Amino acid sequence: MADAVQTWLPGLQISARRSASRGLKQFLRHRSTIAFLMCLPLMIIIAALVIYPAFYSIYLSMLNKAQTRLVGLGNFTFLLSRDVFWMVVQQTAIFALTAVFFKALIGLVTAHLINNLPARGQRKWRGMLLVPWVIPLALSSLAWWWLFDPTHSAFNWIITGLGFHEIPWLSDPYWARFSVILVNVWYGAPFFLIMYLAALKSVPEQLYEAAAIDGANAWQKFRHITLPMMRNIIAITVLFSLIVTFANFDIVQIMTAGGPRNMTHVFATYAFMLGIRSGDLPLGAATSLFMFPILGIAAIFILRGVRKRGREIG
Amino acid sequence: MTSAALSAPAKRRLGARSSLRRNRRWALITSYVFLVIFAIFFLIPPYYMIVTAFKSDAEVAHMATNPWIIADGITLDQFRILLTQTDFLTFFKNTVIVTLCVVAITMVVSVLAAFSLGRMKFWGSSVLATGIFLTYLVPDTLLFIPLFQIVKAVGLLNSYWGMVLVYPTLTVPFCTWIMIGYFQSIPKELDEAALIDGASHMQMLTKIFIPVALPGIIAAMIFAFTVSWAAFVYPMAFLYSADQQVLTVGTVTSLIRADVYKWGMLMAGALLAAAPPLVIYAFLMDYYIAGLTAGATKG
Repeated sequence: MADAVQTWLPGLQISARRSASRGLKQFLRHRSTIAFLMCLPLMIIIAALVIYPAFYSIYLSMLNKAQTRLVGLGNFTFLLSRDVFWMVVQQTAIFALTAVFFKALIGLVTAHLINNLPARGQRKWRGMLLVPWVIPLALSSLAWWWLFDPTHSAFNWIITGLGFHEIPWLSDPYWARFSVILVNVWYGAPFFLIMYLAALKSVPEQLYEAAAIDGANAWQKFRHITLPMMRNIIAITVLFSLIVTFANFDIVQIMTAGGPRNMTHVFATYAFMLGIRSGDLPLGAATSLFMFPILGIAAIFILRGVRKRGREIG
Repeated sequence: MTSAALSAPAKRRLGARSSLRRNRRWALITSYVFLVIFAIFFLIPPYYMIVTAFKSDAEVAHMATNPWIIADGITLDQFRILLTQTDFLTFFKNTVIVTLCVVAITMVVSVLAAFSLGRMKFWGSSVLATGIFLTYLVPDTLLFIPLFQIVKAVGLLNSYWGMVLVYPTLTVPFCTWIMIGYFQSIPKELDEAALIDGASHMQMLTKIFIPVALPGIIAAMIFAFTVSWAAFVYPMAFLYSADQQVLTVGTVTSLIRADVYKWGMLMAGALLAAAPPLVIYAFLMDYYIAGLTAGATKG
């Protein structure tokens, strides 16, 4: 209270003096200049290392392999005529959609389970379930690879111990697809967990109390209170995760490098193989540009969600 | 225990409540059962990493014994081999240098920008704020091929300083985004008071905003640290000699290339490489989660 008066009074005195108004104008101009200067490093980084490369990528994708002459859309038509490319498109879609679905599901379930616990135990469980997300993905992919090792697989040790046949985790194309998705779900579910847990905490307790008085059961509470209250967060998280999963590189590159028979390639690893490994940068650039429209659409929806959320809160 | 102490009428009266409590207890037990199942699924790879890292080579190669336990006794041989006979320490040193530089650059750039965008506003600043959020959504796998050309043109191909150049594209947008949120949540009266006391904008930032928004700054630092420690696409594409390599790529490529798969040593390397982020999270998890979820739940 006393502070407010102190800060408010001198302000009044200054604005009362006429000469100060010119100084204020000057100050405002000054202020926006400073603000602009403070933003300059950020703008330089983004312009030089995100926007410029993005446009340069379009130019690059229209060159021939030696980068000596323009071939127009040649790289794109070449890709579209290849069966492998269509398999990559299909596998990326399967990979991203399945993985995001299970991540969201596991995240939602575990968030609810933790939220059910007494407050004291929640932190410990949350910390434990966040471990996959804390270990750098490249290193945990290596550990998964070792778990799937063809001769020493620790999973197969259990499976054969139970009297079943060994599973060719990474050598059979379909099992390999399953394995890379499994690892992605393992890595990404904790992100959904923390997002949902935070969202669950923000749902007002009174709503559940009112529903309990009306005789609602657990499912009805979830269906009619939790879901509508969390709809926006779920949408943002799913779209965001879709982008990240869609562009994933580490898991596939480390565990299968696209094999067997190119069946597990996603856009990123295929672009890496063409662009860096085989040295055809333009073709690689063209491949990764195919990601752009899908990412763009997801980004627009996320932005809408974030803005809507901002308006709802204030 | 409490119900035994109650008299008979009281018990009857509380019948409905105790059944509610029984339901509650069952819900709790079910929650724990499922949480244990999920925890096992989530902790298998790190557990197996640890188990393998402390085994002898002979036991790792021996197929008949239970791979999930250490039967022949704990040994530190794998760590000794890793630290003395491989380039692991070089990778570690490179990663530390790159990460420290990137965190420093990121914090300077994003705190300045966030202060300006969140608090001072200028022509086009709201468009720029949206633009920053969009940049955050551009994945590294979309940019690594054109950046390969750029890094090559600058002469930093196969040098970890190239990583210091490109990693900020991964860290700056999100750090700026969370810092804008934190700065905007600081009451306006605070900077008005500072202005009236004659503070410059720089003083306002260092004396008021940075101390007040410290939790946000810690969250942003952890984010920048995690991202540059774990980055994989850029070093995989831009670095190829062992003396310039960083931990993530070094562990999964160079250590393998050296010999047949020495899984014990590889897991020892993965464990040591994963340790710094794990330690940081163990101490600062709450800050990080608060910073990360603030963006989603607040706006």
